Amino acid sequence: MKRSRRQFLKVASLSVAGLGAQLAAGGVTKAAAAVKPSYKEDALALKAKRWAMVIDTREFASKEDFDACINACNFAHNVPEIPGKTEIKWIWKDAYEHTFTETTNKYQSKEIEDREYFMLCNHCENPPCVRVCPTQATYKLENGIVAMDYHRCIGCRFCMAGCPFGARSFNFTDPRPYIKEINPKFPTRMIGVVEKCNFCVERLDEGKLPACVEAAPGKIHFGDLSDPESEVRKLLEENYTLRRKPALGTEPGVFYII
Amino acid sequence: MLEKVLKGSPKYYMWLAFLGGIIGIGAITYLFQLQYGLGLTGMNRDVTWGFYIAQFTYLVGIAASAVMLVLPAYFHGYKQFKKIIIFGEFMAIGAVIMCMLFIVVDMGMPQRMLNVMLHPTLNSVMFYDMMVLIGYLCLNAIIGWKTLECERFQIAPPQWVKYLIYTSVIWAFSIHTVTAFLSQGLPGRHYWLTAVLAARFLASAFCAGPALLLLLLMVVKKIAKFEIGKEAIKTLTIIITYAMCLNVFLFLCEVFTAFYSNIPGHMHPLHYLFAGTEQGLPWVTYWMWIGAVLAIASLVLLIPTSLRENMKILPWALGMLVLATWIDKGLGLIIGGFAPSPFETWATYAPTVPELLISLGIFGVGAFVVSILWKIAIDVKKEAGTL
Repeated sequence: MKRSRRQFLKVASLSVAGLGAQLAAGGVTKAAAAVKPSYKEDALALKAKRWAMVIDTREFASKEDFDACINACNFAHNVPEIPGKTEIKWIWKDAYEHTFTETTNKYQSKEIEDREYFMLCNHCENPPCVRVCPTQATYKLENGIVAMDYHRCIGCRFCMAGCPFGARSFNFTDPRPYIKEINPKFPTRMIGVVEKCNFCVERLDEGKLPACVEAAPGKIHFGDLSDPESEVRKLLEENYTLRRKPALGTEPGVFYII
Repeated sequence: MLEKVLKGSPKYYMWLAFLGGIIGIGAITYLFQLQYGLGLTGMNRDVTWGFYIAQFTYLVGIAASAVMLVLPAYFHGYKQFKKIIIFGEFMAIGAVIMCMLFIVVDMGMPQRMLNVMLHPTLNSVMFYDMMVLIGYLCLNAIIGWKTLECERFQIAPPQWVKYLIYTSVIWAFSIHTVTAFLSQGLPGRHYWLTAVLAARFLASAFCAGPALLLLLLMVVKKIAKFEIGKEAIKTLTIIITYAMCLNVFLFLCEVFTAFYSNIPGHMHPLHYLFAGTEQGLPWVTYWMWIGAVLAIASLVLLIPTSLRENMKILPWALGMLVLATWIDKGLGLIIGGFAPSPFETWATYAPTVPELLISLGIFGVGAFVVSILWKIAIDVKKEAGTL
């Protein structure tokens, strides 16, 4: 009797240890490699090895130019318009000095300084937000997009401390009353989770370009950074571009033609 | 030994009832927060951690500080500490429980908390933090309980407890290092991005923790009528003094690096905390200066031996030290990390009343746990004649 109990305990503890190790090992590999989708893709889906965006900042002059993109995004993703310091932003505009904090000159072209610039998630190649997330609620897809699972997020906001671009927003209160017009094709979020731009991954799957790109034809370009023949690569070759905070080594996927 | 909890004086029950009231207020406020969201706090899009995480950071240090009693006693055979070790270990239990509660109330989705274990993520420091905190809680509970039990029956603790104690020494260092790694590995948060942060955390913990312990012991010895031991107090205050000197030194290293290098990113947070902005002085500037003055004053009272050994001055010096480190490593550290924002703007934050009430409730839980555990320890030790 005594022996059998000891044997049972041995087997039980070994299996618990084994299970723990397996879970842990799974954690490492899962986090290290990009997530492979297990579903069947739409035949129309747009594909790339590394999605990237090139914003031609010279083309954005009036408030309407910016608003067209911002409103398209807000509607597509049910982004609430919450006033004050707890606002939710996926794509927004700000001054040069707030966008390119590391490339400011005291004296520079007035035209460039007066211009406003879009900010959104950079979908970094080495995303700190993915690195710090304790539940893999934020993860990198095979195509380079940094995606989020709103149903797994525990709302610890570690990713917000980790993101050096301020691209993430937290639902401090229930966002639903602040959504102007609900788009039934995209889920709304609930209280207590983090959210951010998803490079319109849901639209790419249907063969459509991101909402902001569609709303600003010829002004924002979207394509495969790994393909030398792609439009974005050609634009990068022909124009002088900036990225935000390149010194941090996150390798942002959003480029700005200045 | 648990029966000791139930046998106490009316004052003891009144104290527990008082704590129960505080816990109740905190709990009710928390229900509101659960319903309304973290919008009830002063946190915002640019300052995403606040009073809760600040308390968490500070209390991990308090928990880890038990090692300053355990290490001399078990690694160097210093017998004077053996009498009070149990109080350090039991205080650590209270502190770790408070840490966990502060993490829980800070979560937007506390009901999904177990996701951290269901999807273990080895590249996230938070995963390790959860593991080491749970581990440290278990270690202290097992070690504390077993050694006290052995003291009660007047037998030597079994050998395996010793191995656990050695583990707990290393574990204590690890819990605070991991807590520092939560912040110091983040790109773009200049105030935290420094290799010396973990060392600063440890130094600040090893002065603040023993100081708080000694203060509490001074109060409790009057109520329960026992002696801490002059030799023990002397040695512990020397440890506290050295650790505080190291803490201040490491902070000054930060100041030098920031201002001599003249790199704006490194200077901004310190400038914000101590000199405000072009728009004026935020409340935190006054707060930080209070901390700085208290830190210096505590050292002035602790460094000269004649003052340090004066039992009338000592509580004041310790109190100032605890406050100074609480200001520096609590809100100061958190606010400094978020100012300036990723857009080089001055993000502001101040805790709200509900936030403070919830925090008070958690402190109440900690005090409740420590009161009960210390009551057991004192009663058992008195019966065994070891106090």
